This record gives sequence, structure tokens and C-alpha cells, in this order.
Amino acid sequence: MAEKLISHIPEGPLAEKWKKHKAQIRVVSPANKRKMEIIVIGTGLGGASAAASLGELGYNVKVFCISDSPRRAHSIAAQGGINAAKNYQNDNDSVYRLFYDTIKGGDYRSREANVYRLAEVSNNIIDQCVAQGVPFAREYGGLLDNRSFGGAQVSRTFYARGQTGQQLLLGAYAALNRQIAKGTVKSYPRHEMLDLVLVNGEAKGIIARNIVTGEIERFGAHAVVIASGGYGNVYFLSTNAMNSNGSAAWQCYKKGACFANPCFAQIHPTCIPVHGTQQSKLTLMSESLRNDGRIWVPKKKEDVEKLRKKQIKPSQIPEEDRDYYLERRYPAFGNLVPRDVASRAAKERCDAGFGVNETGLAVFLDFKTAIERLGEKVITERYGNLFQMYEKITDTNPYKEPMMIYPAIHYTMGGLWVDYNLQTTIPGLYAIGEANFSDHGGNRLGASALMQGLADGYFILPYTIGDYLSHKFSEPKTDTNAPEFEAAEKAVKEKIAKLLAIKGKKTVDEMHKELGHIMWEYVGMARNEAGLKSAIEKIRELKKEFWSNVYVAGTNEQFNQELEKALRLADFFEIGELMAIDALDRKESCGGHFREEMQTEDGETKRDDEHYMYVAAWEYQGEGKEPKLHKEPLKYENIKIAVRNYKD
Amino acid sequence: MDLTLKVWRQKNAKEKGHFETYQVKGISPDSSFLEMMDILNEQLIKENIDPVAINKGCKSSGPVSFDHDCREGICGACSLYINGRAHGPDNDVTTCQLHMRKFKDGDTITIEPWRSAAFPVIKDLVVDRGAFDKILQAGGFISVNTGGVPDANAIPIPKKNADLSMDAAACVGCGACVATCKNGSAMLFVSARVSSLALLPQGKVEAARRAKNMVAKMDELGFGACTNTRACEMECPKNISVTNIARLNREFLCAKLKD
Repeated sequence: MAEKLISHIPEGPLAEKWKKHKAQIRVVSPANKRKMEIIVIGTGLGGASAAASLGELGYNVKVFCISDSPRRAHSIAAQGGINAAKNYQNDNDSVYRLFYDTIKGGDYRSREANVYRLAEVSNNIIDQCVAQGVPFAREYGGLLDNRSFGGAQVSRTFYARGQTGQQLLLGAYAALNRQIAKGTVKSYPRHEMLDLVLVNGEAKGIIARNIVTGEIERFGAHAVVIASGGYGNVYFLSTNAMNSNGSAAWQCYKKGACFANPCFAQIHPTCIPVHGTQQSKLTLMSESLRNDGRIWVPKKKEDVEKLRKKQIKPSQIPEEDRDYYLERRYPAFGNLVPRDVASRAAKERCDAGFGVNETGLAVFLDFKTAIERLGEKVITERYGNLFQMYEKITDTNPYKEPMMIYPAIHYTMGGLWVDYNLQTTIPGLYAIGEANFSDHGGNRLGASALMQGLADGYFILPYTIGDYLSHKFSEPKTDTNAPEFEAAEKAVKEKIAKLLAIKGKKTVDEMHKELGHIMWEYVGMARNEAGLKSAIEKIRELKKEFWSNVYVAGTNEQFNQELEKALRLADFFEIGELMAIDALDRKESCGGHFREEMQTEDGETKRDDEHYMYVAAWEYQGEGKEPKLHKEPLKYENIKIAVRNYKD
Repeated sequence: MDLTLKVWRQKNAKEKGHFETYQVKGISPDSSFLEMMDILNEQLIKENIDPVAINKGCKSSGPVSFDHDCREGICGACSLYINGRAHGPDNDVTTCQLHMRKFKDGDTITIEPWRSAAFPVIKDLVVDRGAFDKILQAGGFISVNTGGVPDANAIPIPKKNADLSMDAAACVGCGACVATCKNGSAMLFVSARVSSLALLPQGKVEAARRAKNMVAKMDELGFGACTNTRACEMECPKNISVTNIARLNREFLCAKLKD
């Protein structure tokens, strides 16, 4: 069983591992690179940076995205910033400190060697982005500015107003465009991967649907890279883009790639609260706001009542009647505790009856103190676009009254299991960025998703994939007429035909909302054994109903957004089920995974290192069968394992 | 809120399109415009699931296709022409950030796709903006490979220039400028990219080549000329300024003079 998961972590001291590994892995000659083909699925920070870098190296790359342009990938929506251990602020930051914060932030459930490498290459990312013309925020002296993010006591976050993800993605997209113009990369926008094709157990291509025409097409390669992001939309309401989905990664799982830690989903504390049942999407307010915003609820229940009845405005509640509960509970980190901690603390206050909007599910994020201290102009400079966005959505001016926020699903730490080389358990199949599991453990720190996507795409995968391909250059181009492609295409066509033929009574969105309710209720911020067991049953029933009672409008041979949604939802049922199975197995609380049975007296997470210090990697066993659990033990040799403490 | 919607329906690029009229009821003023479109689509699908119960046996022509993704005003996918304005009646927003409180109960709302020769309709309200990608492929980048670049703080950049560059780089590539321009010009889009790079020392090196190649590609793809009406600036959801067009013209002239 242990053989399934070989992590290929290099021997030697932590700080030497990556250097040593790079020296030892093989490279492919320029002439041979020209003969080889690589498929990249997704064009967010991971996919775009990988495709561009691989193109620069001379490989023939085919890059696929479901949007009309690579630039629309959801990385574009990341607001606050990107971490790097530059120590430009002279606040004693270092590669080790970034590594330490990330492992601790992830509640000791990520792999040491991977995280250290991530911290190591973080500095190269900033250099690369500046060279590409990313307009990071600067000081008057012309040098780069930084700010703080949750889970850190140093200022290591680089940012471009509240649009850092956009600017980094435009950088990677520009690098990609340059390669497309050169002909090393061929771009396939509005194409959706619907299956992975294995030949002799190795990843050799994909089946994709042309979203405009409905044509089912075959693409072959020497290796396939999955950079399709996370599966947060399993909850229906999330901060993910509407089209974000887990299907590409899920097809890989069903073809034999292990899926790791699916239950680790991040709930972001500062999102605009749900306003009603007609809502399709939740909007994030950047974590960077917690640099200057203070989170509170009223101390007195009568103030809560008056607020709900709109008899008073929040600004009228005097200072002494406000409970700045994060500052109270976590004095060392205050408003900058990690996301999972801040989310649970908000839930605790709301459950206790102190929630401040009509639904009772909101807390305040207040800039009064910061505006008094810095002036409105500075606040506008830092967060202007976020304040504008908030006002457009809620019709409330956050310069005058505090924002109302509530936790929402934001990111998934779990994903395809990968080794140190970012290769999955299928040879030739790689996973990068949010699509893999490796770097964030039970909770991702803010401003680290952008860092990981670009680290994987620019600096890690282009090296490690070469090692695999160095054994493959004598192989001819993959023949897409092979029986494996034939069979995969047939299966995809049959699945589509089956969906379209059901013509039941419920719409795709109705069923997605039902799944979302189950997930949020039982596999959300707080989980317990009975709830998880009933969630598994309910999801299975719902999936059965889906396959007999969904109504998918239209045909395959047209631009058909209902069919796209239905195909993704079909996979979300299965992803949700695996999340619940994993959450049931992990009878401990760690990071974003909070098992109610496992908490300290003051309601903090209680890990069980003795029994659960492992990566749970699940292997598909076939339709209707229980997946098989493989455990990769986590070893901490360079960090002292401790109870995560943000109090002192 | 109860509303009457006149929506452009078009099966594909080849067939002729037409308007269809729908009624939607009970829309919350706090809903976004696209949430209202979601509700419309659910209604149109349900009419087909059970036409007898819902619409006197009449079937609808199915849900309306429209591009959308992040719903946070940043991906640039959404692209509706509402009551004769790109992204509708509110200022400085993309369609997804437009909220129904900007309309009145009982209003009739006309919804069309971007209309421009360079953006052919794919279906209903979805257009093909691939021409924007092609323009950027012609030169909207700084030619550096991954690795081997100097330290990020090696070149100090005046804050003012970095800020101006960021202002221009805020473009989301939605195409509202093209859809709004009576000439179908892409000058605001092209100038935003050219400016954001030309304002930085890293981007200066190949500024001339960039401006020439991007303008040539824009002309080749069938976008119109700029006649300085500034309509693009008015409708840009990200407030991209026409001073960028002036900067592009200067970059372009300087490049041509050097030829």
C-alpha cells in the first residue's frame, strides 16, 4: 500500500534539497524538446506560467481554457497580494520564516520539503513579475511596497492595489501570448477537457469539447499538466467564479490518480453576506482589509436587536459597547489571525446571537480607527477599488458605516496528490496550483495561492517535467487514433447523450443548490460524525435523482451553457461525497477542517498528531465502490510541532 | 420588481437574430443584473419542462446564452449592452456589478450583445472577442523569458509612473470601448496596454516595436479608427482614460519617425 505514494523527496538538509534535486534530475536537449508535446489544462497563474515557460524552453505546448480568453481564469480575481521572503522591510523575514508560517498556518498538514521550496522560489517570482512589467505598488523612493496578511507578523505581501491577481495573471498571460505568437504554444480557448486518456498506464492525451460547436475532439501529447484550479463550487455559493469546477482533476481521479485531503476547504472570513435565495455568487472582500479594518460585533444583545430593526446605525454604537472579538481572543495576531481561525470566531459570535444583519449571519469590518489615523485619502489609495465594489453591491458607503461580512467558501487545499516533482500517481500526469494538494495543509495563508501557482508554473514544473520527458524523447507523437482515444471519446459522447436524454423535472441549478445546502450544512465550517454520515447518504440520493430527473436544455451540437453546467455538476456530486468521506475519516480538527468532537475547552481546533499526521490520498475503485485510502505519513524534521497558537 | 425584458436571440453566427420579449416577476432590487438573468433562464427552462402548467402549453426558445464568470467585475467576461449602453445605466461597473436597484419596478429593459464587426456573435448575447487576444499576441508583452532577471528592487520606478501604469493596466478586456465607439475602434484597449508598459523602464526597450505591431494588428482585424469622441472613456467600467490614447499616438509617431 505504501508503494502507491512515493513522494520522491530528496535526501539531505532541507535548505539543500531543491538545489541538489535540480542538479540531479535530467534535462532534455533543445532538439529533442522540439519533438515533444505537452498539454496544459487551464490558464490561471499556474497554467499560463507553465505553458509560457515550457514554450520558452522549446516544447510544443497546447493550452486549453473554458473561457473565451486565457485572461479570464479565476486567478484574475485574487485581490490582496502575493507573499515573498524578500525581507525588503527589514523586519527579519527569511525563507525559513515564510516556510515556518506556511507550515504552521496549514496546521502541520503539509509537506515540509515542498513548502520550503515554495518559500525559496518566492523571491524569484517577484523578480520575474517586475521584469514582465507588473505594476506593483511602490514607495516614493521608487522601491516596492509591502503589507501584512493573516498568519504572519512580518510585511511580506507584494500587491498591485486590490487587483494583484489580475496584474500577475496579465503578466503570465502576456508571456503566454508571446509564445503563442512565436508558435511554440497553441491556444484552445472555449475548450473543456472531459476526459484524460491513458496509454499503457501513462497520460497521453485528453478528450475535449469545443464549447462553441459541441464537437468532441482528441488531443495527444507526451505529458499532461492539470492546472484547472479548485472545486469550491461544490458548495454552489462560493467566492469562486461561476465556471470554476473540479471536473478536469476529477477525470484524472477516475482514471487512477489519487486525490488528496479532499475535505480541506478554506472558508474565507471576509465575504459579503448572503442577501437572499436568488443569489448565484458570493463576493470576497480582500484579506488585506484586515490590515486596517477591525472586526467587531456589539457587546449588548439590545444593540443587536436595534441594528436588525434598523433603529440605529452601527457607527452610533459607542466604543465601549463593541466587542473586537479577534483582538480580545488572539491578542498577538489580533485581526490578522489566519482565515480558518477568523471564520470560526465569526461563526461563534453569530451562533451566540450577536450577528448584525437581518439574517443574523454577519459581523462588522470597520475602518473608523484607520480613517482617523491615516485619513480617507490613504485608505482610498490602499483599498479604493474594494470600497467601490462593496458600495456597488450593498449600496452602503464603507467610509461612513462599517462593512458587513461573513465567512464563505473560497479555496480548496485538497487536490490531486503529487510527489515532489508535482507528478500525480499516473506517470506523465502533473498537477499544479490549486489543483494539487501539496503546499497548504489544512489551511492556506492569505497571499500564498498566487505564490504557489506561479512557483509551480514558472520555476518548478518546467524543471521536473524535463526529468520525465528525458526518458520519452524517442517516443513518436501520440497517435490519437489509438483504441484508448477511441474508447475515451465514445464514453464522453455517451455520457453527454445520457444527460441530454433524461429530460426530467429539475433544472441543473436547482440540483446544484440542493447539493450546496447539504455541503454547507454538514461539510462546512463545523462537521461531526452523524452529520457527515447523513451527508454521504443525502449526496448519493441526490446524485441518483440527478441522473434520473435533471432537465438539461438544448443539444450537444451548439453553444450550450446548461450542458456545461450539468457535466460539471455530475462530478460535483462525486467530489462532495469524497469530501464527506475524507472528513469522516479525519477524526481530528485541523485548519479549516473542524470536527466538533475534537475541540479544546475554548473552542479551538484539537489536532490528533498521533493518529492523523498523514496525507489522505484516495484511490478510485469504480462506480458505487468505496474509494481506497492510502496514507502518506508527514514527517517534520526541521520544525517543532506545536499547538497552533495565535494568542501570545 | 416586475420587469419586461427585450432580449436579443440569435442561434449562431450565421443565422439572423431577433428580439424576444419576456416578463420576470419578484426580482429583488439587491440582485445583480446577472442574477436577474439567471432567474430569467430558470423560468425559460421551466417553461420547457412543463409548458402546460407554466405557459399555456407554449414552449420557450430555451435559456439565453451570455458570457459571465467571476461576477466580481474583474474577469471581463460579461458583456451586455443594456438600454443602449455598454454594461447598462450605472457608471464604472461591468454588467455583473450592475444591480437591479438602478431600475424601476415596471421598467422595460433592452438587452443586446456587443455589436461590432470585429466581435461576431456566437450565440444570443455571446460574442467572439478573440481579436483582443490577437492584438496582445502581436506585442502586448515585455520579451523576457522565465528566469535570469534582475532583483525586483534593482530598478527604482517613480511612484507616479507606477501608479499611472497601474491605472492603465486595470483594463479588463471586456470590449465595452469597442461596442460603444461609433467606429468600432479598439484604441482605448490597445492604448491601455501600450501605456501600462511604456510607462515603466522595463517596457521602454521595445516600446516602438510594440506600438507599431499592435496598431497594425488592430487595423488588420477590422477595428475602426479613433475620431476622439471619448465615448469609450465614458463607458469604460475601469475608468481607463483617453490620455492613454494620446500616449499611444505619441509612441506610434515616435516609432514611425525612427523607421
